[in-house]
Amino acid sequence: MQPKLEIRNVSKRFPGVKKKPDVLALDTVDLHIATNEFITVLGPSGCGKSTLLRIIAGLEEQSTGSVYLDGEEIDGPSADRGMVFQAYSLFPWLNVAENIEFGLKNKRIGARERKEIAAQYIDLVGLRGFENHYAKQLSGGMQQRVAIARALANDPEVLLLDEPFGALDNQTRTLMQEQLLEIWEKTNKTIVFITHDVEESIYLASRVLVMTSRPGKIKADIPIELEHPRSYQIKVDPRFLQYKERLTELIREESLKAIQE
Amino acid sequence: MNRPAMRRKSKRRRWLEPQSSISPRLYLALTLSSFALLLAVWSLLTYGGIVDKLFLPSPSKIVESGITLFTEFDFIQDILATVYRVLVGFVLAFLAGSALGVLIGTYKALEAFFEPMISFVRYMPVSAFIPLFILWIGVGDVEKISVIFFGSLFSIVLMTAVEVGGVRRELLEASYTLGSSPLGVLRSVILPASLPGMMEIARLVLGWAWTYIIVAELVAASTGIGHVIIESQRMLRTSNIIYGILTIGVLGLITDLILKRAIRGMFPWNYGR
Ligand SMILES: Nc1ncnc2c1ncn2[C@@H]1O[C@H](COP(=O)(O)OP(=O)(O)OP(=O)(O)O)[C@@H](O)[C@H]1O
Ligand SMILES: [Mg+2]
Repeated sequence: MQPKLEIRNVSKRFPGVKKKPDVLALDTVDLHIATNEFITVLGPSGCGKSTLLRIIAGLEEQSTGSVYLDGEEIDGPSADRGMVFQAYSLFPWLNVAENIEFGLKNKRIGARERKEIAAQYIDLVGLRGFENHYAKQLSGGMQQRVAIARALANDPEVLLLDEPFGALDNQTRTLMQEQLLEIWEKTNKTIVFITHDVEESIYLASRVLVMTSRPGKIKADIPIELEHPRSYQIKVDPRFLQYKERLTELIREESLKAIQE
Repeated sequence: MNRPAMRRKSKRRRWLEPQSSISPRLYLALTLSSFALLLAVWSLLTYGGIVDKLFLPSPSKIVESGITLFTEFDFIQDILATVYRVLVGFVLAFLAGSALGVLIGTYKALEAFFEPMISFVRYMPVSAFIPLFILWIGVGDVEKISVIFFGSLFSIVLMTAVEVGGVRRELLEASYTLGSSPLGVLRSVILPASLPGMMEIARLVLGWAWTYIIVAELVAASTGIGHVIIESQRMLRTSNIIYGILTIGVLGLITDLILKRAIRGMFPWNYGR
């Protein structure tokens, strides 16, 4: 079967700063991602996770290789690959509702339908009552939830998330994980989700990818065979703990390498 | 804002804390006292007979000559002439300059074409062009307006380009992943993101425009505040000169306050919490 996303032989080299040698951020990454897979990516800081995601989004140009969506080579960003950024990316001059409607406007969806969809996603991320707030008037975690709602409302086939829950407190984070999982179970979205939280990576994923320290390669590709729908209780299931132990060990090796460098 | 409890105790020392706010009443009091101080020194020098009246007339003399200027010399017409020239020249420069600045800040090709040339032209003082302008366009309103226009234009272009170039990249990227076209990004991200900055640039440059207009009116004008100033010099009416200068100051202050208020009102998302 044709993969939804195919990453073929992708490397990324950043030019060195001030006569230092070039930085090889990604080294020949090959990856097949099927429709409706939920991929989580783990790896030490600076190993090239964001770079990989940005290349898939079409925001960064790879040095070698190609990325294919439904067999077609991608060339630049588009609404079929939604993105939630690691840092704040809300439009500060738009309020919460207008931010969420931004992509819908691009799709020329009428004002009334836009309002309805926005309201639906505002509810989903628990921000009812904050429709008219500007980004400045929201906490960091609330801003990140708006960014997630904005990406989801646009209904992309592929959703790319770069540590989206990093700024959230534990309770909210767990709730958001459950909601994202629920959305994914209901729709047939393909998701690539970067995180540094091992539990999160297992709980959400159908497949966990572990990357090596820089230059980033795929070190391990581990299918998570836990049934759906998953509830948070699964986090104490013995099989879950086994995955956790194994992944923690893999990450530890790489983090050590990254630091000793 | 959360400040550590420890700091809150030493309230009297708040003004030593970098960038911390002071009470509005203290603020106003300090503002007024600076003007009061200026007036006091001035009064001392003039009423105390320390300087010659011819060089520096007393405050009351200035008020008197202000009244005569309005009642006998139709000063209001001169004010209107000056305001008209400044506003027309400035508004035209702002429209043209911000449009060009946005394009230069957005498209590298346009930047390469225009930016070095404009940076070069900008450093030529517009006042030095006044003789040329008079030669080319004569001494009417158009010449005065041209001085304002060219005096303001290049700074507006360059500063706007910098402002536009500084729009955060994540915002552009987010917009692309939400399906915006390149033109859509210009219209619905770059423009709204840089509008407050552009208005602040307008405020700054308008301040300079008030100085250009006087230079323009000092040379070959038959109306305007600058004209009144140069005529008064010829007749040794020092108090009229000072009254004219004060008038410009007040006009500048008023336009600045209006713009400042307007900007705050227009962009609530950019100010305060
Ligand atoms: N624009 C750039 N120019 C130069 N080097 C870059 C650039 N972007 C990233 N890099 C380099 O590429 C490497 C990978 O960066 P990337 O942001 O992909 O890491 P990451 O895995 O997302 O890290 P983190 O978990 O800390 O977010 C880093 O070592 C960084 O120095
Ligand atoms: Mg990253």
